[in-house]
Amino acid sequence: MRVRIEGGEVTEVALDIYEPPRFFEAFLRGRDFAEAIDITSRICGICPVAYQMSAVTAMESLCGVEVGGQLRALRRLLYCGEWIESHALHVFMLHAPDFLGYAGAVEMAREHPAIVADALKLKKAGNEVMRVVGGREVHPINLRVGGLHRVPRKAELATLVEGLKRAREIALGAVTLTATLDFPDYEQDFELVALSAPGEYPIDRGRVVSDAGLDIAAADYMTHFVESHVPWSHALHSQRTNGSTYVVGPLARFATSYDELTALAREAAAGVGLRSPEHNPFRSIVVRCVELVHAVDEALALIAAYEEPDAPAIEVTPRAGVGHGVSEAPRGLLYHRYEIDAEGTILDAVIVPPTSQNQTAIEADLRGVIERSLELPDAELSIRCEQTIRNYDPCISCATHFLKLDIERV
Amino acid sequence: MKLIGVGNRWRGDDGAGLLVAAAVGARRPAGVEVVEHAGEPIELIEACDGAAAVWIVDAVCSGGTPGTVYRIDAAAGPLPSALFAVSTHALGLADAIELARALGRLPAQVSVYGIEASRFEPGEPPSPPVALAAEQLADALVEELARCALAG
Repeated sequence: MRVRIEGGEVTEVALDIYEPPRFFEAFLRGRDFAEAIDITSRICGICPVAYQMSAVTAMESLCGVEVGGQLRALRRLLYCGEWIESHALHVFMLHAPDFLGYAGAVEMAREHPAIVADALKLKKAGNEVMRVVGGREVHPINLRVGGLHRVPRKAELATLVEGLKRAREIALGAVTLTATLDFPDYEQDFELVALSAPGEYPIDRGRVVSDAGLDIAAADYMTHFVESHVPWSHALHSQRTNGSTYVVGPLARFATSYDELTALAREAAAGVGLRSPEHNPFRSIVVRCVELVHAVDEALALIAAYEEPDAPAIEVTPRAGVGHGVSEAPRGLLYHRYEIDAEGTILDAVIVPPTSQNQTAIEADLRGVIERSLELPDAELSIRCEQTIRNYDPCISCATHFLKLDIERV
Repeated sequence: MKLIGVGNRWRGDDGAGLLVAAAVGARRPAGVEVVEHAGEPIELIEACDGAAAVWIVDAVCSGGTPGTVYRIDAAAGPLPSALFAVSTHALGLADAIELARALGRLPAQVSVYGIEASRFEPGEPPSPPVALAAEQLADALVEELARCALAG
């Protein structure tokens, strides 16, 4: 990251993501429409279900099919498992060590073994959901166009309940714990964009809405948002088509769908004084814990209401056209668009992941945070910048200390 | 005692640890639980729970001659990063061991065997030098485990 400070003013902030492009959109062309699920799943080892769900809903909507009832419930349960895994990993292994001044989870575990042991139990509960519903913990293999390859028996889902109940207690404790962290005084004023569906917290479907009144169907996404290259980074940057900056992820969901959280999750938020909307991105760690409570709570409710469907999938016949799929990855809205021909061959693919949508906001936050912390020595400023980036739970933060900060003070 | 083979059998030499576990398991060594594992770090920590001594076998990719076997005493200290690289996309065996150590959940005796791998193509069998090394390591481990069982 390059920062230029002239006479107490930050004149340049450029975050150079050097990971090379991976050409997923290009090599989807020519593949069968049923393959997009398992190909795009490989984009992320932390949130493969998000890629699978956005791909599968795009293909199904394109073919005029809607998967409902218990098949949809199973998919949503699988997605809850991913949220639990992903949020637990981010909150405890990556973000909390930043706040508490540890280099990483291992260092934190030496002094707070009980917290890390609980975090592992929480993540394990998510792993188990992924294994039972998705076939395995990482890169699940059980989703297909039209439904699932195999539906679990009621007795299999029942084995998840005990672990999830324990996870719910741990998640409630995590809300209380993270609320006591020391948060930098910083608020942002960006449009908050998330999915919204009546009667449910946004996870697997919905319209694209914002706190500024946006309310559009997934099919209109590309007329309201635009991705562009910047000269200093390999990562694409998204903006609203009018050029303004927006944010996706927990803060956006919490702002636009607070009322759809389970009662327990809302109580947990209220109990620590967390109010919707929350504009301090550093507090996203608390919102993630509230979402953990929700995801565990909802997983338990889905399991309790589960009835084995007659068939694991419904028939889907490809037809020529364009389809759009949106879902809420743990780190924010994930948009897919596919064009296929009458045989089901993919002609074109567009994938807009949450990290690229948040890229512009990340740089703006970095500028804002640096402006408030000019007195810090470079080493401490670098840590504060990493913490700022990690607020967004971007894929690039998997490495604990990835940031090379070049500060030019003029 | 536990022997844990780590790897992915559908990715060529990455299955080396599983080959060793399968070969050792087939001979049913007394007092040893043999586990085949995909390597997810938290599951790996759990797999070590309750064992006084653990042997872990995994493929490594450090640029050495394919089939070379490395032995590391992980109870004594972290795994060398030259053999067990730290990934930016996932936690690995080295992270799992350090996390277990920090949590006080690392067994008293942990021996890690790394088999130098060379190819990871999907659906391919392991390369001949790696398959041979896995077979020889399995033989050696059966003897080592028998000695440890006798020593109690």
